Amino acid sequence: MKGVRKYYGQKIFWYILTLIFAVILNFVLPRLMPGNPVSAIASRAASGMTDASAIQKVYNEYAEKFGVNLPMYQQFFRWFKNAIRGDFGISFSQYPRTVSDIIKSAVWWTIALQLPAIIVGWILGNILGAIAAYIRGVFDKAILPLFLFIGNFPAFGMATILMYIFAIKLRVAPASGGYGFDLIPNASWTFFKSIISHYQLPFWSIVLITIGGQAIGMRSMSIYELNADYVKYSRFLGIKDRKIVGYVFRNAMLPQITGLALSLGTMMGGALVAEMIFSYPGLGTTLLSAVNGQDYPLLSACTLIITIMVLIANLVVEILYGIIDPRVKANQQD
Amino acid sequence: MKNTIKQVFHSGKFVVGFVIFITILLTCIIYPLFVKDDPLAMLGQGNFFKPGTYVSQEEVALEKSYTLKLPREFSKLEMVLDMDTRSQIQQFLIKYAEIPEADIDVTNAEGLVQLWKANYDPDVKYSGMTSAKRKSFRRLNNEIIAAQRDTGVIIAEEGEDGLEKSKTIKDTDFVNTKDVQTRTFILGTDNFGRDVLTELVAATKSSLKIGLIAGLVATAIGLVLGLLAGYMGGIVDNLITFVTNLFTVIPSFVILILISYSVGDKARGIMVVAVIIGITSWPWTTRSVRSQVISLRNRDHVNLSKLSGHSMFRIIFTDILPYIASYVVMAMILQISSGILAEAQLSMIGLGPATTTTATLGLMMQWAMTYSAHLNGSWWAYFPVVVIIALISFSLNLMNTGLDQVFNPQLRD
Repeated sequence: MKGVRKYYGQKIFWYILTLIFAVILNFVLPRLMPGNPVSAIASRAASGMTDASAIQKVYNEYAEKFGVNLPMYQQFFRWFKNAIRGDFGISFSQYPRTVSDIIKSAVWWTIALQLPAIIVGWILGNILGAIAAYIRGVFDKAILPLFLFIGNFPAFGMATILMYIFAIKLRVAPASGGYGFDLIPNASWTFFKSIISHYQLPFWSIVLITIGGQAIGMRSMSIYELNADYVKYSRFLGIKDRKIVGYVFRNAMLPQITGLALSLGTMMGGALVAEMIFSYPGLGTTLLSAVNGQDYPLLSACTLIITIMVLIANLVVEILYGIIDPRVKANQQD
Repeated sequence: MKNTIKQVFHSGKFVVGFVIFITILLTCIIYPLFVKDDPLAMLGQGNFFKPGTYVSQEEVALEKSYTLKLPREFSKLEMVLDMDTRSQIQQFLIKYAEIPEADIDVTNAEGLVQLWKANYDPDVKYSGMTSAKRKSFRRLNNEIIAAQRDTGVIIAEEGEDGLEKSKTIKDTDFVNTKDVQTRTFILGTDNFGRDVLTELVAATKSSLKIGLIAGLVATAIGLVLGLLAGYMGGIVDNLITFVTNLFTVIPSFVILILISYSVGDKARGIMVVAVIIGITSWPWTTRSVRSQVISLRNRDHVNLSKLSGHSMFRIIFTDILPYIASYVVMAMILQISSGILAEAQLSMIGLGPATTTTATLGLMMQWAMTYSAHLNGSWWAYFPVVVIIALISFSLNLMNTGLDQVFNPQLRD
């Protein structure tokens, strides 16, 4: 038990260290940008003023409000203290709104879209890969290569294609947004239906491109395992094929889980761009508006929340892995 | 070496990928030799011209025309008779001319018009018809007559005393396209009125360049760090592994956004973007190179070199690098493909190369999206870009898989 605790303790310590590093990166990098975005808003507010001292006052007020007149390290501690309380300051581009308010409304859309999509894509991919390895035939010769080709489309490319076919030509799905533009979010049946129909295209564009990559990994792992000595030995012993296949796919699955954890960041990046195509009200669209509005408080909060999501997902996968794989468990007991 | 290459080209997957990639590459090199136009020249005013051949209207009007007796009026009739009008005519024929529904073929425009002409009389006051309906039928009748007439269009020029008729263009007049200036846009034009095909070729070229530079930078950093960590071990290894793990867990997409943003618009040229992509995507290479070097480090031939007193660089270059070279090449192929994708994604967010003098695949995509080509159905502005990105990445991945199967015999079927 002590080993287990040490194992997870180390893992969690490591993740916290990574998080701190990510936080520093998130704070410092956007602020290194040449040019002063605060002066841009201030000049917008001061436009039309003629009195120099009044303009000066407006500038100072804005600089103080956003804290850009302090040295970088003081700004950081101030920002960090607030960030822990969930306060990321005020957005530049959507001025009176706070960053945490914008993020709060966006983050659930992204989680609700991407988490199921990536998991469904992963499961479908693994099933396809396993079938291609075991049954061969048309799965291995036609369906897998097809999905492999589809898997090479970037997520945003798949998004535009699906959108053209289903939203523009066939008009069976809405083209943009997270719900009907004429609706106000509430708990009614119409709103729910609207959400579901807006969900389809972004969801499937992520699922479709995920399948191929996962399937090819599962296929080669399964083939590798099917040729392993323990399979031959089990066959000699006369163990039923079905049971052997169960073992094989369980073993082949393990590297797939690690693969998922490692590629999660890349997948999410692609999916965020796909969100922008559909103007889905998630983090992707927020990111886009942050970049376009030169809004670094919003940008760094967006990237930070994305990093945290990926870190949490990775941690969960690693803990799951420790539970599933007996070898890891054995290591922990040493 | 020769043998290895021969073996590589026996792999079907590698060859397919290689052929696709080389085709794209050669197109990028050869196409500009024949089409010397500036890829970013704004040929069209206004935006998103459909793919097709465009002829100069003025020249067509002034050109000597040839009379060809082709059945033109049918297509003109088709234009007048949309489905709505046809069903109106059908209802009229059933109700007032008492023609059984089975005899009316709505899809046959000519037959329908014949029936209409035989049964409709504009001077008759049909009973039970609103005056609006009566008038609309009269208008329809005029349209049909106009569509069947072949007097054509009269062109007038402004003279000293008002308009003067200068030419009549009949329905049966045709112009040989060889006599007038034509311009073919195989893939139409984009939002700025640029020829998409020419632009696409130029964009593919610069995107390949970005991918290549990003891949080279990433592989160089990854290789050096991996070799150092794996071979030297100890504190260097710990430090490098720490940094590598850090950057593997923090999504490279995020770091890419942050760095590109911090560089600012002015400095973000194509080269800078390529280098930024390179310096954010090395951790994978480092990790695998390190683990391979660790397994090689204690092999006999390396120990022998050490005992012979060879320098570290010599050992790395002669005893370790050749063993991991195949792997490094494969990793670089993947880096190139992910570099091209990264540029596209970065550009879509608005953090791509800030340039108006060169096109990249990502920028083309961003322009198309900014001018909502995806919403107004101008598929030609973005679909070819998506396909090219997919083809490049597909071909590189195939090459990688092919190489993998050659160098890891366990993976062969």
